[in-house]
Amino acid sequence: MNKVIELKGIVKKFGTVYANDQISFDLSVGEVHALLGENGAGKSSLMNVLAGVYQPDDGEIIMNGERVTIPSPRHSIDMGIGMIHQHFKLVESHTVLENMIAGVKSRLFINYKKLGKELTELSQRYGLQINPFSELNMLSVAEKQRVEILKVLYRGAKILILDEPTAVLTPQETARLFDIINSLKSDGHSIIFISHKLDEVIEISDRITVLRKGKHIDTLKNEHLSPRSLTNKMVGKAVELKIERTKTDYQDILLEVNNLFVFRPDNSQALKGLTFKLKQGEILGVAGVAGSGQKELCEAIAGLQDKITGEILFKSENICGKSPRDIINLGISMSFVPEDRLGMGLVAGMDLVDNVLLKAYLKQPGIFVNRQEAQKEALNLIEKLNIDTPSVHTKVSKLSGGNIQKVLLGREIELQPELIITAYPARGLDIGSAHKIYDLLNEQKIKGNGIIFIGEDLDVLLKIADKIMVLCDGEVTGIVDPDLVTREDLGYMMAGKKLERGEVG
Amino acid sequence: MSVLIFLKAAIHAGTPLLFATLGEVLTEKSGNLNLGVEGLMLLGAIGGFSAGMITQSTVVAILAALLAGALGGLIYAFLTVTLRANQVVTGLSLTIFGTGVAGFVGKLFMGRNLPENIKAVFGARPLPILSRIPVLGTIFFQHNVFIYGGYLIAIALGIYLYKSKPGLNLRTIGENPHAADASGINVNRYKYLHILAGSAISALGGAYLSLVYVPVWQENVTAGRGWIAVALVIFSMWNPYKAIAGAYLFGGLDIIGFRLQQINFPLSQYIIDMFPYIITIVVLVFSSIYKKRDHSPSALGVSFFREDR
Amino acid sequence: MIRISKRLELPPYLQWLIRASSIIFALIIMSVFLLALGHNPIKVYSAMVTGSFGTFFRFRKTIELMIPLSITALGILVAFKMKFWNIGAEGQILMGAFAATFFALKFAYLPRPLLLILMAIGGSLIGGLWALIPAFFKVKYATNETLFTLMLNYIAIKWIIYLQYGPWKDPQQAGFPKIPDFSVNATLPTLGGIHVGWLILIALVIIAHIVMNKTKFGFEIAVIGESKNTAKYAGMSVNKVILSTLFISGALGGLVGMMQTSGVHGTLSTSITGGIGYTAIIVTWLAHVKVHLIPVIGLLFAVLIQGAFFIQTAFQIPHSVADILQGMILFSALGSEFFINYRLHLVKNRRAKRVVK
Repeated sequence: MNKVIELKGIVKKFGTVYANDQISFDLSVGEVHALLGENGAGKSSLMNVLAGVYQPDDGEIIMNGERVTIPSPRHSIDMGIGMIHQHFKLVESHTVLENMIAGVKSRLFINYKKLGKELTELSQRYGLQINPFSELNMLSVAEKQRVEILKVLYRGAKILILDEPTAVLTPQETARLFDIINSLKSDGHSIIFISHKLDEVIEISDRITVLRKGKHIDTLKNEHLSPRSLTNKMVGKAVELKIERTKTDYQDILLEVNNLFVFRPDNSQALKGLTFKLKQGEILGVAGVAGSGQKELCEAIAGLQDKITGEILFKSENICGKSPRDIINLGISMSFVPEDRLGMGLVAGMDLVDNVLLKAYLKQPGIFVNRQEAQKEALNLIEKLNIDTPSVHTKVSKLSGGNIQKVLLGREIELQPELIITAYPARGLDIGSAHKIYDLLNEQKIKGNGIIFIGEDLDVLLKIADKIMVLCDGEVTGIVDPDLVTREDLGYMMAGKKLERGEVG
Repeated sequence: MSVLIFLKAAIHAGTPLLFATLGEVLTEKSGNLNLGVEGLMLLGAIGGFSAGMITQSTVVAILAALLAGALGGLIYAFLTVTLRANQVVTGLSLTIFGTGVAGFVGKLFMGRNLPENIKAVFGARPLPILSRIPVLGTIFFQHNVFIYGGYLIAIALGIYLYKSKPGLNLRTIGENPHAADASGINVNRYKYLHILAGSAISALGGAYLSLVYVPVWQENVTAGRGWIAVALVIFSMWNPYKAIAGAYLFGGLDIIGFRLQQINFPLSQYIIDMFPYIITIVVLVFSSIYKKRDHSPSALGVSFFREDR
Repeated sequence: MIRISKRLELPPYLQWLIRASSIIFALIIMSVFLLALGHNPIKVYSAMVTGSFGTFFRFRKTIELMIPLSITALGILVAFKMKFWNIGAEGQILMGAFAATFFALKFAYLPRPLLLILMAIGGSLIGGLWALIPAFFKVKYATNETLFTLMLNYIAIKWIIYLQYGPWKDPQQAGFPKIPDFSVNATLPTLGGIHVGWLILIALVIIAHIVMNKTKFGFEIAVIGESKNTAKYAGMSVNKVILSTLFISGALGGLVGMMQTSGVHGTLSTSITGGIGYTAIIVTWLAHVKVHLIPVIGLLFAVLIQGAFFIQTAFQIPHSVADILQGMILFSALGSEFFINYRLHLVKNRRAKRVVK
């Protein structure tokens, strides 16, 4: 077969951590080659080497038989490589057109009209409808992704790298993306598809390369593969991938939200009249496309949103509009694991001790802080959750994503809260750690505590939640019983379509 | 009539602010906040003045001012772009440094007058036809060439930023350097070039002061105008066209105290002297209350490192 | 080819070694400049030291510079710790001095201790209130505090000039615009030949160290500085802390204003600050926003300024050299942080290398 790219023995270190340790990989013309691995396996790092973002510490890159170096993204683009990053690299306040043409060599002045026509034609060729003159912040996540794809095609990319492209999509949008990938493939493009989702990888790819902890494990043809054996390669041991949904029989209502409106700083509505109930010992899953109001919902309950109306009854005490301090003073114990770990839940520039102190200091007596107590608790967390850190005095910003996550979740759960609000608790974690977190949450549930679980992986939500609330554009499209609906059903609901069945109170 | 003369004088007084503001707009569009405008203006003022004194050449004086500003910008760019130092403190340091250099070199020229030939170059030159437009002609087109240069640079900058490809690339960097980098734009080269150019333009504002406005060397000739320029960038929402209006408005405020005293206005000159600063504050407060959308480049003040995630 | 990557944390002693070398580096660069001017840099530098400590008079002058620099820097520190960029110390000093002078001139008949206490309280109060103005707008509308505090400096200067030329002009000066000298009752007593400000400085450093490192209030300031969202999330009253902190920040500046009028100059004019409000920003920055380092860096800069005065007369080197040297030290220190946070690797050029056309 004709190889367009070969990577040989690529090594990439961050400090003392090997993100890639002697990885080899190759891509043939017109194939879809999947890169499968857990969070932190080194998939993105390897591809960032190809994109010219990271410089490898060792190894060779061979393109069309010739050895090359890729010192910058510019060089990568010129070689016909286009990477669609997991976190889109786009300018929100610019138009689609401006985003696409920035950095492309051209005449001094911009002919917006002519370029607009060109781009419309290009987008139609691959079935990607996009208006080149709309501003980016008006687009949905799926549309932004299409802009990213168009952007690299406009630069003449023949090799496309898609980094976890489905993480932000509904099942229907994913299907549409796969159509696009197939049409690109038949047009002669070669595609690297990064994912940690087995079924998707099996569906779309010709070959699969499995990475684990920075090492190359195997490269296989996509023929008669069993998900089980692939999982074992990915995780490194035979794992029991069952998420238990423990049954509890608490009946008391813990939290009742009535007609909740949340307004953004510009007075637009982020939540439009939400109403739901959460019982003790219950996990309420919340699904929705990114930016559907999940963040505002969590923050409204936690007391972090200013412009809100409606009722939030915690054991029939209305806490709507109260600040976190008011809530603490009412004697309510509530934990909140926000999506933005380092921007809200933790202080990036402080060590573990001070980060534990953050949630404890208000309850300490006197005007002085007691760091000994916090240090004891920090050591306890490190042991209990296997947090990998040089010491309790290491700044949390120096820890890996997974360990940061453990510090935050651990601290919040150790507070013995009656209500836990958690946004994407398993994001960035490997499967083992993720399951540990699910177990911890289930433990809390058995104790009779209520949990609001904002999730992105629909399969996990379907397994762990007692009921699932689907949000679309700040509104509830339905609250359903996970046993009565499918992933596709949830996808339709996320796009705003009401479902006829499965509805629960 | 006296209102016309006042408005005309306001443009005269607003010109140093215009240059300083335009230069800072260019720098900030690249995502770098340079609080050293005051220092750059002082470097431009002394660079232009000393070169003018020594060579008696206007062209050399202007070039020297540009060069002095660019060198100041180079220090700033090296520290903040290459070494990723804190932009706020680097800017403050640049002001201290510029004050020192201008004071040091200026010692040699203290109280001395510019050569007559340079002063003559900057005499009033009414533009043909345009200067005869009633009212507007008097206010805008009966000035020296330096002031016309200000109009031109403002308009050229506007066209560059909003109509040209490098301008788009620059704005992309200011909004999201990682996106720019992934698009194949050489982020650091753009930052360097535009910080240097911006600093040189800001320095021209200082040169206007020492070559035209008060063509005698005096210590601290800028008197805080560099800082007002930083505020004017916010006031003009990073838009070169709006910067024209802002600079001339503040030029008017700068001279109003003196004028009012001449007509025996019942308020101390020293109190009226506070007006530009008070108005700047009022503008700051109002622009923060009524900001519908934040117009500042999103990545302003943040260092760029490609391997950051 | 040189490659750059982020470092793990360096041990503190290495960090300080790098920072110290950066100051030496600046002095070396400055030597080249001095050499070019025809001076022997070693002689100049040693003259700066003897000019600062050579006699008791010089020593007193140096300490009299160190006191206001360090106290002002402490005030700036509490604000900077919160990432509130208060560069308005100059104005806060002047407004504090204004309030102190008000009592000194209008209540000159009061007994000395009472009058001094009134002056100190008045100075701190007005300095604090002056800093509260930008803090209020920051809290309420997120108004840019850097420019706000800076504009307030200019307003304060104009205000003092107004007083000097207008209402407070000394009638006995035959038309010369000057505010009257303070009576003995309004003058700070000395202890060991230097005004008691040095005792106040020691007390303030100890208090500030405890507050910033051991108390809940200090913890809250630090957390707010890192992230306001996190602070709110943790149940802190963010706005209250910001306002109280800025009041303290300004009050320390105001106190310095009182000490400068009462202890050093014996009257009020715009020159009582001598740029301390700006230099103290540098002191705070170089001390890495750490309380215990403030007096050390404060002394270093006092020597720098006092030494520059001395070499002006001894070598006819203009005093603006002090500004240039300060700028150099800052540039160098700023640049040195890069080597603390990043590593450079030399990557050997590998043989085959084809970069696309």
